[in-house]
Amino acid sequence: MDEKFSKIDIITSSSKFDELKEALNGIGISGMTVSNVLGCGIQKGHKEFYRGLALDINLLPKIKVEIVVCDVPVDLVVETAKKVLHTGKMGDGKIFIYDVKNIIRISNGAEGRDSLRYDD
Amino acid sequence: MNAVNAADTSFIIFATALVMLMTPGLALFYGGMVRRKNVLSTTVHSYAAMVIVSLQWVLIGYTLCFGKDFAGIIGNFQFLGLHGVGFLPNPDYAATIPQSVFMLFQLMFAIITPALISGAIAERMKFLAFAIFILLWSTLVYDPIAHWVWGAGGWLRTLGALDFAGGNVVHISSGISALVVAIVIGKRKKLKSITPHNLPMTLLGAGILWFGWFGFNAGSALAVNGVALNAFITTNTSAAAGALAWSICELVVRKKVSTLGIASGLVVGLVAITPGAGFVSPLSSILIGGIGGALCFFCVTVVKQKFGYDDALDAFGCHGIGGIWGGIATGIFASKAINSAGANGLIYGNIKLLGIQLIAILATVAYSAIMTFIILKVLGKFMTLRVTSDEESNGLDVSQHGEEAYGGIDI
Repeated sequence: MDEKFSKIDIITSSSKFDELKEALNGIGISGMTVSNVLGCGIQKGHKEFYRGLALDINLLPKIKVEIVVCDVPVDLVVETAKKVLHTGKMGDGKIFIYDVKNIIRISNGAEGRDSLRYDD
Repeated sequence: MNAVNAADTSFIIFATALVMLMTPGLALFYGGMVRRKNVLSTTVHSYAAMVIVSLQWVLIGYTLCFGKDFAGIIGNFQFLGLHGVGFLPNPDYAATIPQSVFMLFQLMFAIITPALISGAIAERMKFLAFAIFILLWSTLVYDPIAHWVWGAGGWLRTLGALDFAGGNVVHISSGISALVVAIVIGKRKKLKSITPHNLPMTLLGAGILWFGWFGFNAGSALAVNGVALNAFITTNTSAAAGALAWSICELVVRKKVSTLGIASGLVVGLVAITPGAGFVSPLSSILIGGIGGALCFFCVTVVKQKFGYDDALDAFGCHGIGGIWGGIATGIFASKAINSAGANGLIYGNIKLLGIQLIAILATVAYSAIMTFIILKVLGKFMTLRVTSDEESNGLDVSQHGEEAYGGIDI
């Protein structure tokens, strides 16, 4: 079995999440894990005030979308995500790509490419 | 036929329930302002006051406050265990309602006062130490002061000091004591990064406090009459003025009006009007609440930072300072036309009342501070008052109560 699996993490602001999900569905990706995260990078934060306390907040709420692909080309996923999320400003986010050693579907024990297929 | 008036009695029973609800309201107000890992600990400080003071009151508290006067400083044991407290009115205090209703109404004030102190020591005091502290504090600080100000024969009442619903008895005493406890216990770790974890909860608490305060102030007339209704109006008006003043201060200093600021301002407005609610006019109450709001804003945002004490939830900044201003304001704005049982204040040309108010304030401040310090030092000989550094990091909900407020993962 010489399959290559890749994990793609997309960290971005939540405002475009619905469009991103639809676009990913459109290229054949229906499974993903989404979490609320806090992140900082080069984007400026903001000030918060609580009575006598003034704080510089630069950990901002973001969402993290985790996808694992085999048949769908990684480049296609990245281009799709960039098209939906790009505004040119700071805060668009980042995409990380990793190699994955194996994937197992718990319900039927399928491994590898078969575990990502949903047409049976 | 006894002199019990059904309307007055129904009103004060209702007012009792309103004031009771203020303590859970306080629990919400304070709870939302602490970190998530300490919310249960903070909440339960208020409920502990309800439990402990309820029992202390029927045994000894009520009689120390309102029993036959001894030397102007304390009540005797005439009503120990509520002996003699029944349906018959006690004409020294409220001639048209049963004494048991008066006793219950007063209990709710005795309960919330130590609960207010919990704001100063949030997130770092051992629960058992707090519980014993409030038992001692209620008996040795609250009860004497309540007797001086409200007890028949109490020396401040005899002097002519005016405290309609507890500016001295509740707010100054708890506010000053809170400052002392905060200093003795010491500051929380990592002070500069602590933020409220649930402001909607705090706002809800503030709303409940506003609601209950109608019972606190209007109910202190102990009857359905013009003075009660005047107190109702001044209470609401002062709350609004306090919130507006604090908001304006925030707008000027920080360019934004915050929800915590509005909640704080309204509470301060309510505190400031408490001693004068049944003595001043509605128009005066706008000034009283407004000036109180601005003064406490300054105290909480500037003074606390400058002196560096960790009055965590601003019990001193809001209740201590607010109560002191309220007592002074009563000396300025009180009017015999509003309440013939009161006196005229400075704006009617009488400086005597202001002088008496200042004496009452100073006596309350001095006694509260000294006695609270003594209680803490004595208690500290028998137990540690503060949690350990690890317990503080892990959060008091787990370390003191073995509970998590919002659970770990959802299972």
